[in-house]
Amino acid sequence: MTDALIRRTAAEMADDLAAGTTTSVALTRAHLDRIAAVDGAVHAFLHVDAEGALAQAAAADERRAEGATRSTLDGVPIAVKDVLATEGLPTTCGSKILEGWVPPYDATVVARLRAGGLPILGKTNMDEFAMGSSTEHSAYGPTHNPWDLDRIPGGSGGGSAAAVASFAAPLALGTDTGGSIRQPGAVTGTVGVKPTYGGVSRYGLVALANSFDQVGPVTRTVLDSALLHELIGGHDARDSTSIDVALPDLVGAARQGAGGDLSGLKVGVIRELAGDGWQPGVMARFTESVDLLVGMGAEVVEVSCPTFVHALATYYLIMPAEASSNLAKFDAMRFGLRVLPEGVDSPSAEDVMRATRDAGFGDEVKRRIILGTYALSSGYYDAYYGQAQKVRTLITHDFGAAFQQVDVLVSPTAPTTAFKLGEKLDDPLAMYLNDLATIPANLSGVPGISVPSGLADEDGLPAGFQVLAPALADDRVYRVGAALEAALTDKWGGPLLDRAPVLEGER
Amino acid sequence: MPEITRDEVAHLATLARIDLDDAELDHLAPQLSVILESVASISGVAGDDVPPTSHAVPLTNVFRDDVVVPGLTPEQALSGAPERSGGRFAVPRILGDEQ
Repeated sequence: MTDALIRRTAAEMADDLAAGTTTSVALTRAHLDRIAAVDGAVHAFLHVDAEGALAQAAAADERRAEGATRSTLDGVPIAVKDVLATEGLPTTCGSKILEGWVPPYDATVVARLRAGGLPILGKTNMDEFAMGSSTEHSAYGPTHNPWDLDRIPGGSGGGSAAAVASFAAPLALGTDTGGSIRQPGAVTGTVGVKPTYGGVSRYGLVALANSFDQVGPVTRTVLDSALLHELIGGHDARDSTSIDVALPDLVGAARQGAGGDLSGLKVGVIRELAGDGWQPGVMARFTESVDLLVGMGAEVVEVSCPTFVHALATYYLIMPAEASSNLAKFDAMRFGLRVLPEGVDSPSAEDVMRATRDAGFGDEVKRRIILGTYALSSGYYDAYYGQAQKVRTLITHDFGAAFQQVDVLVSPTAPTTAFKLGEKLDDPLAMYLNDLATIPANLSGVPGISVPSGLADEDGLPAGFQVLAPALADDRVYRVGAALEAALTDKWGGPLLDRAPVLEGER
Repeated sequence: MPEITRDEVAHLATLARIDLDDAELDHLAPQLSVILESVASISGVAGDDVPPTSHAVPLTNVFRDDVVVPGLTPEQALSGAPERSGGRFAVPRILGDEQ
């Protein structure tokens, strides 16, 4: 019974609620039971709010009985990445420096979830301040990939991806600065969308790199992402980078795509995102997926984006620079941790700040703050930060030229499947390479989706297929993503997650 | 190309207000050198005529209506303070010995 409930898609859950065949309390309780059963092994959650979620579910059921539902997803529970401020619920960003902090306000996207009536199950694990590609940099211990508990779930939003992959939540919110929604989606066999920069409010999102950060949906199906994206997206006067333009019809695009007709669509395969270092099984699933698009009527051409080879270096200069500035607010004065230095009588505010930031930040955060401070320091500014901002322009030009020729661009989402926990933990450069294919979209602000493309032959682990579209044309990634999802699901005879191993504690 | 020395890392840590002990400095300096070496590849990629990009989708003159909207109450603003004194944040002394 419980299993039948939680394995439905969010869209189906919404239909069940509308038809009266289930209740929000039943759905929410089933997911809380699931969390209790499997999250000891997966560790997708940093905080579970059973009482709050059940109260919100009961309120949703009451509204429905009165015919006063607030959204399509009213009553469908959701998990929220711990980098988003939630009034009354702890928000740690995976860091010791914010341990126990309870924000006095909601992020706009969280306020929109509450306004839409979605019970919030809890907060999901992440790399500290979203810095990482494996969730191993969480100060509260790593999340484990539900496909193989000895492997990483991707990052930084490994908690949100693992929560939906392990059926502990039907929906989750993530954030994507260099791939933190899409890469975890790829390695856990789930769907993730990075919207156009400015398409979803960043108010209440604790900034890593504010010119890249974007909130987006983490789900098991493309349609579920579209439903969630429409709920959280759109203009917010509290975010000065929010775009004041109506969202395209995303749900309509997903439904259209699922019809399987892509005739007239021009697809570009990015030449630079393939080759040495790309796992053969990932490439094999990618090529098959491209063939399926052709089978549905799409015209496929190879496209070159020559400056993409510099995207990783550009990102790893600009992102630490912005992060070092953003994280200056953790000064031990107004909120968060305060640590007094040992053996200092009457320490100054600066002494306290230094001691607190040493104790409160983990290795990766320190690495990036130092790197960013270096890139911004006088004498190096032009050579590093200034140069990176110029290359960012060239990457945007590459996108512009490519989208003159084609409607969407495609690539594998990540070069490899999930690697073993610990394997790259102390090798920052090897870790950074996971974001090779996802970073260009963040540099340029364009939307992207990752959908499961199948299991790699070498290891039987999920791989992802990425679709990128021009800024503001988010509907295209939903159309193409849904078409591929429908064709692959048909070929497999069911969703990819049906093939994931049974988790300990599962009935 | 660029080598970042242990002393430089210590200086940067001071600028960034992070106490790093000897073991952390020993560990970080070589890692940062490797990272810098790899990102140095972008030097010379863009010529002087290329304008810099600071935001993905640039907007200009973003204003809101000049009307008062509620903010946090003093109690909410102070709710996460490590230490407070009445209705204020309590902080360590600001001036150093030499000041």
